[in-house]
Amino acid sequence: MKQILWLATVSACMLTGTTSSWAAPKEYHAADAPSEIPVVSLGHISPVMDQGRYFHGILDEFEGRYAARGTDFRWDGEAWYGSDYNKLWLKTEGTLERGRLHDGDHELLYSRAISTYFDVQGGIRADIDDGPTRTWGALGIQGLALYQFEVQATAYVSDRGRFAARFEGSYDFLLTNRLILQPQAELNLYTKSDTGRRVGAGLSDVDTGLRLRYELWRKFAPYIAFTYAGYLTQARRIAHDHGEETGSLRFTFGIRSWF
Amino acid sequence: MSISFSQRSGVTRRRFIQGLGAGGVVATLPHQASAMASASGILPAQASSLWNLTVGHTRTTIDHKSLNAPCIGNAVPGPILRWKQGDTVSVSVTNTLKHEDTSIHWHGIRVPSDMDGVPGLSFDGIKPGDTFTYRFRVHQSGTYWYHSHSGMQEAQGLYGAIVIDPAHPDPNYCERDYVIVLSEWTDVSPMDMISNLKMQDDYYTFRQRTAASFPQDARAAKGAWAALKDRLAWSRMRMAATDISDVSGVIYTYLLNGHAPDMNWNGLFRPGERVRLRFINASSMTLFDVRIPGLEMLVVQADGNDVEPVPVDEFRIGVAETYDVIVCPQDNQAYTIFAQSEDRTGYARGTLAPRPGMIGTIPPMDPRPVRTMIDMGMGTMRPGETMGDMSMPEHDMASMDMPEMGSAHMHHMGSMPAPPLEVDDPGPPPLNVENQNVAIMPIDRLDSPGDGLEHNGRRVLTYKQLRATRPGADPRPPTREIILHLTGNMERYIWGFNGRKYSESGPIRLKKGERVRFTLINDTMMEHPIHLHGLWSELENGQGVFRPYKHTIIAQPGSRLSYLVTADVAGTWAYHCHLMLHMDLGMFRTVIVE
Repeated sequence: MKQILWLATVSACMLTGTTSSWAAPKEYHAADAPSEIPVVSLGHISPVMDQGRYFHGILDEFEGRYAARGTDFRWDGEAWYGSDYNKLWLKTEGTLERGRLHDGDHELLYSRAISTYFDVQGGIRADIDDGPTRTWGALGIQGLALYQFEVQATAYVSDRGRFAARFEGSYDFLLTNRLILQPQAELNLYTKSDTGRRVGAGLSDVDTGLRLRYELWRKFAPYIAFTYAGYLTQARRIAHDHGEETGSLRFTFGIRSWF
Repeated sequence: MSISFSQRSGVTRRRFIQGLGAGGVVATLPHQASAMASASGILPAQASSLWNLTVGHTRTTIDHKSLNAPCIGNAVPGPILRWKQGDTVSVSVTNTLKHEDTSIHWHGIRVPSDMDGVPGLSFDGIKPGDTFTYRFRVHQSGTYWYHSHSGMQEAQGLYGAIVIDPAHPDPNYCERDYVIVLSEWTDVSPMDMISNLKMQDDYYTFRQRTAASFPQDARAAKGAWAALKDRLAWSRMRMAATDISDVSGVIYTYLLNGHAPDMNWNGLFRPGERVRLRFINASSMTLFDVRIPGLEMLVVQADGNDVEPVPVDEFRIGVAETYDVIVCPQDNQAYTIFAQSEDRTGYARGTLAPRPGMIGTIPPMDPRPVRTMIDMGMGTMRPGETMGDMSMPEHDMASMDMPEMGSAHMHHMGSMPAPPLEVDDPGPPPLNVENQNVAIMPIDRLDSPGDGLEHNGRRVLTYKQLRATRPGADPRPPTREIILHLTGNMERYIWGFNGRKYSESGPIRLKKGERVRFTLINDTMMEHPIHLHGLWSELENGQGVFRPYKHTIIAQPGSRLSYLVTADVAGTWAYHCHLMLHMDLGMFRTVIVE
């Protein structure tokens, strides 16, 4: 009954176009509100299993980036274990370029669901590869934005008091139900340069790709792609000064898989 | 156990009875015979009040999918139990599973709560090696079913039919009488399904809108811009208009009496005979749309209770519902019983024929439904439209009213304060981790046959057409209304009521003898067949005192409906969505009658 009054009120406001401050005083009470008196289940058997924990891992990128001078190998994956609200995440990525590992970035994060589509994640990041090692504290959000864009934004503070940020996004564009075109991009920003790691202040590097995958089955999809990895602004000069390639567009093929 | 074609077909009722003798206790017969009994759809020759059922694992292969299925009497479905109204039945269930508890719940049967078979609520389950004897008086008659309420056994084969003979002569007696159990079969474990859906909510959906289907959509929407706008609206909401069934024919083989479509279950008739078909949807995740091309079906019973006959061409049967229909095939030909899944990814099929082994024509499946803004609870708004843009037509206001607005209510609408009922109204559910959508304008959809069935050129049953043959037993108006929102987050694959899953909610408490109105507002964009154990749900569908008594009610997406409940049996009862994965992931409550 109250519901009807409420609806009638809302409808009346809509019809007249007014946003009247008058509203039926409302005391909401849910019949299934959490109870202070615990319900004892017989034999301590829960009739359902809504507090399950799950374990999954995905390799979004597992690919060879072809170039005449030599093919780079790159991976980018993550795994998580946990419940609907609390999860432990492991994220890892890196690029093997002519026997040298760089952009090795590994994060261990606690993740907490905070809204319909977003999780807050906090933890540590370690840059471990053939360059100097750095460690960071990490805090970010990850989720599904409007129009179904997968997004991540993470801020980092290093053990040396420096700051960094990373933005990642991707979108699945269904050509057919199994043939999926996915634009993806990752941007890194730093407050201070770090020449040993080819990091420049400001916008430092970008890694982006346009991948066309075919889901042979959900968990296994080979793909072809164009990928671009490159240094930007100050980092570009740093790389250039070291006689390194500052950016390249590559034909790429790989496999996306998960469990 | 693989059930061969020849074993299953060509058993007439007469031959079957001769083969069995007069024994009613099918389950204690050798396994071959009991498998045949359940698969034939033929009722045991007579009712019995003593039953011994054995639950065990049986290696079963159907449609090349092999599963060590938990089942009764080595058969999927389990034996058909035939009882007599007024008898006190005694069913001993022995658990021979190695490491698992089991249980049997008598779906729709009014029993004392300790006989209801829900581990944790009614009893603590049947341990391996133990025998539990259910004993209760059968107050009702009609078509029902039973299934395990332990773990995921129900989804893998632990279910079967119950037929209860009325104490008085059956007004719907027919010369031929078949049970038609619709279900699913897969070798994928339900736990894997849940895990996959937690990672990717459209894991089993391969009928999405794509670039390739755009020209087709544009033609249907009469313009590329309209089609694009609609897609953008759904994409903006982070939902899919093609989200029909969470689990699909990609992994399911749909069964009719345990027969895959190519095994072609046969039911025999002689032209001119009346044939009663007792449809039971024993699946765990699939709503079926049932028709028999060339035959009119007379719906005479819903959820075990007689209704005024409704002639239809087709009906939707929600998970756990039952419908009895009567058909009168006049011609000497085969007729196909065709039960397509709501998402049109497959069908269960059988044949009614004058001679064994005949094959009827199989019709093509209909196009798969596409959800609209009505399913999102936005009433008649068009995509992209907001509440502000909308001028609300008169009839929508009317349809927003509760299905059965008595004159008392109208009176109180006039004099604003003090509603006559105590109303437990949770208010619009929060948009949170566990809830994705709020139906801004839920509408009465009882006159809709359901998504994908509207305007298909056939007469399709609606809930509004169900009219009990007897007036309700309890004429009292409700003294309390309990409003519940059906909520969920498809993206995270969490389900619940009022934006909370089971583990975060308390029980719903009713006083013994209390008369309560349950109002369900479905904020999700999927159907939920809601089942209240132990007590009848009297659907307020505009039929006045001839409200149909149901045990399972489909709440259509974006809809609002209500039903009356008399809390006449004390105890702790389960109350849940009968889509098994929804139930297990939180769309479950306990109702305590004290």
